[in-house]
This record gives sequence, C-alpha cells and structure tokens, in this order.
Amino acid sequence: MTNMLDQVFVLLKHRIVGLVPMPVQPILGAVLSVVAILAVFPGLFAISVLLERKGLGRMQNRIGPNRVGPLGVLQPVADGIKALIKEDLVPYSADHVVHFLAPVVLVVVVFMGYAVLPMGRNMTFVPMDAGLLFYFAMGASAELSIFMAGWSSRNKYSLLGAMRAVAQMISYEVPLLLSSVVIVMMTGSLSLDKIVEVQNQYTWGLPHWFVFTPMGFAAFVMFAIAATAETNRSPFDLPEGESELVAGYFTEYSGFKFAEFFLGEYVAMLSISGLGATLFLGGWSAPLEILNVVPSWFWFFAKIMVWICFYIWMRGTFPRLRQDQLMNFAWKFVLPMTLLNLLVAGLWRFMGEGWLRWVVCSAILLAAYVLGGRIGMRSKKFGPRSYRYAE
Amino acid sequence: MVIFAILAPLTVAGGLAAVMLRNTVHCALAVAVAFAGLALLFLQLNAQFAGFAQILVYVGAVAILVVFAILLTRSSETPATGVFSKTWLTGLVIAAAVFAVLAWAVLGSRTALPHEQIEPQIAVAQIGYALMGRYVLPLEIVAVLLTASMIGAVIVAMYEKGGAK
Amino acid sequence: MLGEGLLKGLGETARNFAGSFVSKERLTTVQYPEEREPLPEASRAFPFLVYDGADWEAGLRCVACQICEKECPPKCIYIEKSKDKKPDYVGKPQIYPAKFDIDISVCMSCQICVEVCPFEAIKMDNQFELATDDRFGGLLYDRKELARSNEYYHKIHPTEAAEVDARLAEEKAKAEEKAKAVAAAAAAKAAPAMAAKPAEGAQPQ
Repeated sequence: MTNMLDQVFVLLKHRIVGLVPMPVQPILGAVLSVVAILAVFPGLFAISVLLERKGLGRMQNRIGPNRVGPLGVLQPVADGIKALIKEDLVPYSADHVVHFLAPVVLVVVVFMGYAVLPMGRNMTFVPMDAGLLFYFAMGASAELSIFMAGWSSRNKYSLLGAMRAVAQMISYEVPLLLSSVVIVMMTGSLSLDKIVEVQNQYTWGLPHWFVFTPMGFAAFVMFAIAATAETNRSPFDLPEGESELVAGYFTEYSGFKFAEFFLGEYVAMLSISGLGATLFLGGWSAPLEILNVVPSWFWFFAKIMVWICFYIWMRGTFPRLRQDQLMNFAWKFVLPMTLLNLLVAGLWRFMGEGWLRWVVCSAILLAAYVLGGRIGMRSKKFGPRSYRYAE
Repeated sequence: MVIFAILAPLTVAGGLAAVMLRNTVHCALAVAVAFAGLALLFLQLNAQFAGFAQILVYVGAVAILVVFAILLTRSSETPATGVFSKTWLTGLVIAAAVFAVLAWAVLGSRTALPHEQIEPQIAVAQIGYALMGRYVLPLEIVAVLLTASMIGAVIVAMYEKGGAK
Repeated sequence: MLGEGLLKGLGETARNFAGSFVSKERLTTVQYPEEREPLPEASRAFPFLVYDGADWEAGLRCVACQICEKECPPKCIYIEKSKDKKPDYVGKPQIYPAKFDIDISVCMSCQICVEVCPFEAIKMDNQFELATDDRFGGLLYDRKELARSNEYYHKIHPTEAAEVDARLAEEKAKAEEKAKAVAAAAAAKAAPAMAAKPAEGAQPQ
C-alpha cells in the first residue's frame, strides 16, 4: 500500500504509456513527464508567490492579500489574468528579436534544470550520469538570457541591472559549484540519483544526510548563500533593486513577457531549492526512518517549500547589500571558505572512520569561519555597516 | 542523423553569423548559439561530460565574459561600416592554416580508429581517471598556467587600486 | 562574530510573524471599505457651497463676487453672475451665481477659495469617495451638486462652523444696528454710502 502510494505517479505514467503502440511509447512518456513538470512547478510558483506576499505581510505586521477568494488564496490567479491581458509593449528603439527571445530563453533554460532532479523514488525525468553538471550548465545559460533582456531594452536601468546580474551570477556561480563539488567528492558521482541513494540510509533511525557532516554543513551554508545570489533574491537582489533600478533588467517588459520573467525567477528558485535539497537534505528521503511510510515525492516537495519559506524569511529580514559588499563577500569570504571546505572534504575521506575526523574537520571549519569573519569585519569588508554621512 | 542535420547547420550558421553580423553584441550572441550547437553535437555523440562542460564553460562563462567585455570597453552601438578588420587577409591565412592542421589531424585519425563503434561507458568516471592518471602532467601544467594568470590578474587589480590612492 | 546580526534579525522578523497571529493590536491595518476610522475634524477634500435654510437655491450664501474664481490656482471654478438680485443673509439684495461649477478633477484642495471668500459661502467638504466612471461630466460639479446645508457643515466641522455662525450672527446684528442707525441718520441727513460696505467687516480675521 505504502509502496503503491509512493510510486503512484510512476505507475500512472506506465499505465497511460501502455495504452499506445510500442514505437510511440517513449515519445508519449517524455511528453507526459514534461507536461507534469510544466503543470506542477508553475502551480508551486503560484503557491510560493502567495506565501511570500502573506508571509512578508505578517513579518511587517500587515495582513497581506486577502481580497480575492477566501483569505486571498486566489490572488495568484488574479495576478496571472492581469499579466495576460495587459498590453505587450516593446520600446521603439529596442532590439526586437533579442527582446523577444530573452524571456523565452530564460523560461526554457530554467525548466530544463528540472530534467535531472529526482523528485521521488524512480521519479527522475532523465536519470543522467552527469546530472549535476547538466544542472549547472543550464543555470549558467540563464545568465545569457538576463544579459539579453537587459541589453536589448536600450534602457540604462535595464543595462545596469543586467550588468549587475551578470557580474553577480558569475561571481556566485563559483562558490555554488565548489560547494557542490564537496558532495561529489563524498559520493564519487555526478548523478543526482546516486547522490540521493547514498543519503537514503539510516543509523539509529536518523538519515545520512550530508548536512549532518561538518563539511556538508559548511557546504550547505555556502550553497544556500550562493543559491540566493544566483537567483537574484533578497538580500542579493541588486540586479532588480526597485529603489535604484526600477525593475532592473526587466524594466522594459510588460504583460506576458514580464510574467515570464517573474515565472522564470520563481521557478529558478524552486529548482535551485530542489537541487539544494537533493544535495544536502537527502532529496526525497524521509527525515526519520519511521517516516518512510509517507511517499518519497512528498518529502521532496516539502523540502522545497521549506527552503522557499526560508527565502521569504530572509527577504523579509535583510536589507540589500551594496555592490562592493556583494563582491567582497563572494570573493574574499565565501570562495576561500569553499576552497577550504574542499580540502576538509579530502581530509575527511582519508582520515577513515572514527570520531577523530569529526572533531578535526569541525575544528578547522569553525576556526576558519571565526577567523575569516573577524578579519573581514575588522577591515569593514562585510559585517556591520558604517555610515559616513548619516549618524 | 536527423538531429545532426538540424544541429550542424545551426552551429555553422551561428559561427557564420558571429563573423558576418554588424552589431558586436549580436555577434557575441551568435557565438553563444554556435557554442550551444557544438555542445549539443557533443551530446549527440554520447559525450555527456564534454557537452555539459561546453555549455557551462563556453555558454555560461566565455560568452558572458565576451559580452561583458564588449559592454565595458566601448558602446554597443552599431558601427556604420561593420566590424570587419582591416587585416582580414592575415586572419584568413591563419584561419586556413588552423583548418588545414585540424583537417590533417582528423583525416589522419580516421585510419587509426577501430571501425566498429564503441559506446563509452560511465564517461565521466573515465575522464576523471584519465585526468588523474595518464594526463596528470598536462593537467598540472594547465593548473600552473591558470594560477599564474590568476596571480597576474590579482596583481593588476592591486596595482590599479594602489595607483588610485 | 560574523552572522550574529543576521540571526538576530531573523529572530526579530520571526517574532513579528508569529506575533501578528497572536496579538490583534499588532495588525494596525484597517480593512477600508468595510471598516472605517472616523475622519478627523480638520480633514478636508474638496470645496462645497453653504446654504442657509431649507431651500438650497434661495439660501446660497454665495454672491458671485468671483474672488474665488480669480484666486483659484488651477482655475477650476467657473461662475456666471445672475441678472436679477436676491436678498442675502443680512437682507441686502445681492447678485447670486446663475452658474457655479467646480471641476474637482482639476481642484487641488488648496483651500484658497475658502480663505478668500468674504461671505463664508464656500467651505471644504470631507467627502473623498468621488470616483466615477464618467471622467468629464462626472467630476464637473454644478451648484446644485455643490450645495450643502449649514447643518451639514456643522456636522462635518462643528468647531469651525460654530465660529463662522457666531461671526455671521454678530455681523448681522451689527448690520441691523447700523441699518437702524443709518435709517435714523437718513431721517436727519442723507448718507447712504457709509453703510453700503457690510462686506468689509465680514472678512475672516
């Protein structure tokens, strides 16, 4: 029974695919998976937008949207309809072809990332040998579409936003990759399915998630920081800082194209949360052994939503960074920490079983964190802000 | 074969557009298309690692750096005369020479390869072993080269900062 | 230590988040169309014309002196004088506005018309829900739409209206006294020009 529920989507797909003649079967299977992804994640996008608006409201002691439908739950529908029926304006001097292609490329590339995410037991669309690499390749391509959007608009705000976005995404892609490499070193595989399988083991009912190891935890924190910057989320939302750049690289987009950017941003958030959950939080594996009765896909989506809630929490809390703080933080703190983390992961591997490696690895990372933080704070590279003119 | 028939013209068109278009940013975007097409060709040949690395490094980083460089160095306005260099003849000669070398290498390797096709198994792991085993020396040389260039970049950046003070 | 402030901040927002569900006084938002807070007495939106008595047309205090029309910065007032005359609040025959239009889509609520009016005839309303789907005719108010009774004025701005009423009553008394004196003097000597300026004393402040 549990197994049935766990595999319900897989079985359903097999049942439907079985209805058609043999040669068409692979095509239909692919179409079904794509349709499922295209249906589920925009749905989650709507939910997370609603959560964000309600949650941010509550953090600021407001009520949030509560007009459309009971408790405002139909707000995303209203927003969607609004975006769809708005006029699609293209600036006169914009580069029309590139202007049109940018949101399309973004959405396509962002959705491609889902192809390799294991969303449940046997629920990977394309179980790829180099899945992690594929994911990062797609993520890197998104930068190009953002640049295209900003450049083709012929607007200084758009261009500034695009420049910021590209600089930021290139800078934070390095720690993002390097923090994931730790996991690759620990599992010896680039395949996301394999990575989840390794974590899906239990000792005394507790899972073997990588976040529960010293360098796994450090990598998790670095990954979360880099992922936030990579998706241009607050506090790293300089590319679309409303108070400075109107809406950054998508200032000149309206109507459906604007909705595409909005969708692309949130879907990228969801997908990078999914990757983070897969790498560090055990993907679809249950947090306790006894909880394995709950279907695996539930855990995957629950972890994504928890991650999204954390994003919202951060957005409600932190003020936006300055550009130099952003770059200093990436290159002078996060990157050295990830490199050290790689070293620690190697050390972990060669120290063998036992408690000693736990102590040594944790001590190295903690010392580096405290030391690096103190030095950085003292030289005012990051840490508390000082204001020269106010105060 | 059908896929190849789609991808190859796409890649070639991207490459041609990169040299023929007038707007430099369009050229850069066309280069990105060519890179992507090349990556897909790698994938079609079952070379997953090479394909993804191609996208990650070339589309994700090199193309971005190219457009960044274009934006930072001069305005992206369309030059009236196009972007053709005056020394195009030299360029043509160099290009022809590189093409000749490549063609010679490709034609030469044809006889060396076994005729029956071998499907590469667990390609990524094999590449890893090859890099750490047989090709460890070239890898280390490349690493030293990159480190040297990085130190150079850091020194350049530091010097500029010192000069500004 | 690095990150300490971040955790503190996260704690603060979490406390606000949880608190907004527990304590009602945190949520200060008023759900506007259903719930309304009483407007403060000094609140003002657009001008209206005051009339005394029951009949709005007869009781309009406005004498079509056109001072407000001239002073209005965005020029949103349009007045046409009447040909005939009717008695004003002191009983003196005065011209009345045959047409008095205010385009409230142009009006900027500066209250200058109220400041300059020597007859206390134009005052500020606190009605602000004036949205309409007819953006030309719907926002151009004629004198009928602008006319509000003195009782209404008392209701929305009680203190101010009481002051105005007191002043008007005083003036009326003074005018009557003067009229009596003038009548007495006229019996002795013909001097009508002196009493013909009730307007001067009626100016606010």
